[in-house]
Amino acid sequence: MTPGEPLIRWEWIAAHLGDVGHRILEHLVLTGLAVSIGFVLSLALGVWAAHRPGVYAPITWVAGVLYTIPSLALFALLIPFTGLSVLTSEIGLVSYTLLILVRNIVAGIRSVPADVRESALGMGYTPAQVLWKVELPLAMGVIVAGLRVATVTTVGLTTVTALIGQGGLGYFIIDGIQRFFSTPLILGAVLSVLLAIALDWLLVQVERLATPWARTRQ
Amino acid sequence: MAFLAAVAAWLTDPLHWQGSDGIPTRVMEHLELSAAATAIAVLLALPLGIYLGHSRRFGFSAVNAANVGRALPSLALIALALPVSFALGLGLGFWPTLIALVPLGIPPILTNSLTSVREVDRDVVDAARGMGLSGWQLLFQIEIPIAAPIVIAGVRNAAVAIVATATLGAVVAGGGLGRYIVDGLARQEHERLFAGALLVALLAIVTELAFGVLERLAVSPGVRRELQPGAPD
Repeated sequence: MTPGEPLIRWEWIAAHLGDVGHRILEHLVLTGLAVSIGFVLSLALGVWAAHRPGVYAPITWVAGVLYTIPSLALFALLIPFTGLSVLTSEIGLVSYTLLILVRNIVAGIRSVPADVRESALGMGYTPAQVLWKVELPLAMGVIVAGLRVATVTTVGLTTVTALIGQGGLGYFIIDGIQRFFSTPLILGAVLSVLLAIALDWLLVQVERLATPWARTRQ
Repeated sequence: MAFLAAVAAWLTDPLHWQGSDGIPTRVMEHLELSAAATAIAVLLALPLGIYLGHSRRFGFSAVNAANVGRALPSLALIALALPVSFALGLGLGFWPTLIALVPLGIPPILTNSLTSVREVDRDVVDAARGMGLSGWQLLFQIEIPIAAPIVIAGVRNAAVAIVATATLGAVVAGGGLGRYIVDGLARQEHERLFAGALLVALLAIVTELAFGVLERLAVSPGVRRELQPGAPD
């Protein structure tokens, strides 16, 4: 951006490898924590709402409003109460996973044919067993699809938390913008995209392992 | 409660409703930037998506390419637009943000227009052809009206994402409502920060609702159906 300055100074990256590793780890922790907490919350909400339309509508309405609020604004609304903390980042990041995850969990559970559910009940399964042994395994494909979208989105949003003092790889982006220095800026942007792609690939592998029946059918 | 009262005082202070850093100016900046980005994204993605959907070709690769764009985080897009803007001599502020917002708007518009036009019932298309409609008539009288709700939902998703991300333009010295958040953070003025965030959230929600109204007006009564908020698209 400064005339004569190369877009990428490889020697700068080589000199900051330790920092890069540290930020990747921080990014993974922030993202992993948000998606895990979001998933547990969504699973509870989704199981509760799946067969209750009167419950599902208000849950998706609230999650939809949260999802519409721009990320920086949501963090900013929390700062006066929770400060520039990991807690602020996580509340915001978890909020954004809810709409995608709840919607997919409910769609997955509802996609299980009524015949299958009734057969299981007829064979003497308790409602809890039907949920854990029939509905959730069959819904796995749709649930993992939601998990993939939520993860990729969260990796991107985590970079924004650099503005409130967290951020993982977003740190490099903000650093680059503030110093007019394109190397960290491009490094942070490219690594966060690669991280999103890598986690997406990982989740596809997890799905393959978790649904052996889908593999043998192909 | 004392804090919320301070926010209310900030929002109602006449000083904050005038001048270059006043709320009306910032709202207009935000809307101009978002409208420009949405318009460009529509001009690029809508004809392409409708054409690809109508011709029923290349659909898969176009949607795939658009989805790769979706994996790009918005802050990274703005960051990457910065060197581009400088290389073109456009500097900071409005232009790098616009360069970043357009690609953000393209995937939802392209995906929705392509799939909705392509997935118009084959029987309906065959019946229209049987009645002697030409390719253009088929497109404008049958395919586009039937696809309209999903196409508009795509534009709505793009516009809401663009309004949301335009906030980040303040990070690269742009205007708009993000200014209050970025400045509020820098000066540790929590009232400014919170009031700005409220205004941004409100603008995003209003955008979403406005497109809901547009949808009702633009959709032929024959095809009107209740689109659930945030239905899969």
